[in-house]
Amino acid sequence: MADRKVVLMQGNEACVEGAIIAGMRFYAGYPITPSTEIAEISAAKLPRIGGMFIQMEDEIASISAVIGASLAGKKAMTATSGPGFSLKQEGIGYAIIAEVPCVIVNVQRGGPSTGMPTAPAQGDVMQARWGTHGEHSIITLYPSTVKEVLYTTIRAFNLAEKYRTPVILLMDEVIGHMREKVELPNPSDIEIYNRKKPTCKPNEYMPYRVKNGDIVPEMASIGDGYRWHVTGLVHDETGFPTNDSNIAETLIKRLVGKIENNLDDIVQYEEYKLDDADEVIIAYGSTARSVKAAIDILRSKGKKIGLFRPITIWPSPKKQIKELAEKVNRITVIEMNLGQYYLEVDRIAGKYTEVAKFGRVNGELISPKDIISFLEEG
Amino acid sequence: MLVSQLIDKYFRTDRLPHIWCPGCGNGIVLRAIVKAIDNLGLNKDEVCVVSGIGCSSRASGYLDFNTVHTTHGRALAFATGIKLSNSKLHVIVITGDGDCAAIGGNHLIHAARRNIDITTIVFNNNIYGMTGGQYSPTTPTGSTGTTAPYGNLDYNFDLCHLAKSAGATYVSRSTVYAANMIIKQVEEGIKNRGFSFIETLTTCPTYYGRKNKLGNAVDMINHLKEITVNISAYEKLPEEERKEKIPIGVLYRTIRPEYTERYEELMKSF
Repeated sequence: MADRKVVLMQGNEACVEGAIIAGMRFYAGYPITPSTEIAEISAAKLPRIGGMFIQMEDEIASISAVIGASLAGKKAMTATSGPGFSLKQEGIGYAIIAEVPCVIVNVQRGGPSTGMPTAPAQGDVMQARWGTHGEHSIITLYPSTVKEVLYTTIRAFNLAEKYRTPVILLMDEVIGHMREKVELPNPSDIEIYNRKKPTCKPNEYMPYRVKNGDIVPEMASIGDGYRWHVTGLVHDETGFPTNDSNIAETLIKRLVGKIENNLDDIVQYEEYKLDDADEVIIAYGSTARSVKAAIDILRSKGKKIGLFRPITIWPSPKKQIKELAEKVNRITVIEMNLGQYYLEVDRIAGKYTEVAKFGRVNGELISPKDIISFLEEG
Repeated sequence: MLVSQLIDKYFRTDRLPHIWCPGCGNGIVLRAIVKAIDNLGLNKDEVCVVSGIGCSSRASGYLDFNTVHTTHGRALAFATGIKLSNSKLHVIVITGDGDCAAIGGNHLIHAARRNIDITTIVFNNNIYGMTGGQYSPTTPTGSTGTTAPYGNLDYNFDLCHLAKSAGATYVSRSTVYAANMIIKQVEEGIKNRGFSFIETLTTCPTYYGRKNKLGNAVDMINHLKEITVNISAYEKLPEEERKEKIPIGVLYRTIRPEYTERYEELMKSF
């Protein structure tokens, strides 16, 4: 075994490391705090490895260029924070309906609007789910440590390629800027998924027909000789627009179904000290770190409490949350907002157990002490 | 080559007829584009046509190339990602006056500034046709639209001036009356290694013509002939007469290193 390189790195840096291992060779972005390091590091690294970096004129241009690059065969990513994430929703919707794999990173900061640019928040959890218009499903991942940022970014690309869909990687200012020790993986140990390309004759290519046994249609790259049409309009299997109501219904249900019917593959989570727990906290991202510390303290006082941490926050781990709800006396959702993921947890668990929430929106992390006093007194 | 042969060779005939109204000038521009591509003998697999949203942007669906019908105003941003990812492609953007100069104005000036090798053809009909006749950034001051019932208060853009100032290395204008001029300009635009901006003045008898009592399609095309003058003659006109005329022809050309070539040089330097 070759020596693994161990480095101290920032979350934003780990994101670029993971993206490059996953095969990212195109990055388009616009400067915004607290995600800018992702653009800066991409700008330094990509031209050296045959990749493309471009700083676009705005956030919408960035996601649009990313989609164009992906259509031309590149694995492509953009990164932003709240104000930019609002603008990127247009492109996210296009990538959903046209089934263009790409990764959108949102390092969350306080909002609404310009909000608190240098402070952490988790206020974009629902926007990640429903930010773009129209009926859709979306994959959103949310790591909690710097090491996990690296691996989750790789997974974001793999899922984007496998399901031909935009994948959102949520972070928060703490995860983005925190430095931790990371053992860099040997790239050959990492499983990389690449989109399936057509092998048929160009005149037989049906760009939006799913072959038997496949999850999504095969995807040709622009320039490969297939000369297909891509549109944000509702389209049939040929890719051309249609107003046929049956085709529209079939398409939208297929786009939602390819995600919602594959939860076992997509959903990832961590369970912490849940085996004997009669009380559970649900938290994600940087908040989950404080929760773990609080749980250790509470356990030393004899409380049987554990953490369920979704890493895939959308689609939500419905089955796992329901099973927990049937076993425990209370679930408390703790997040840096006023109860966004609580709504989802309460929807799933509310019939089976008590669901409580604890949130904060002042730009400060929720500390273990805050969590303990809420649980003991609140 | 006969027009019918051009259609068979470059159009997706199963997607026809097109959605454009009788008398619309867009078909003339589209025919000129494929004629230019034919004259240059480009490989269809290496041509990528990117369009935005609006009447003209539906053109991409009718053409047998790699085609991307994007979101409103963003064709140039998508095209930038495509061109940078595969610089061998001939990337052609088809856009309208609203798509390119209003919602997409920012992308236009920055694509021109980078001098990225994209040929942009604006179908300028002075109106938002798809949504029913609202005034656009190129609707002349005083003209009416459904959102300018008392006459347009805005000053209209000179898109060629804008593109030149922003950094385009080939800038030209023509009209659907001067269809052969469009062919020549599209050929030159594609050959130019850099950002080419080609404005074609076209006709919308359904909305712009009707709202402004400009007559039928033939009247409107003749009107385009009357209000335009070749750039060489335009430059000789006295100042007062220039105000009444729109110059057509190649308005600006220069040589400046192209963006993807510069990027590739950077990559080679490591």
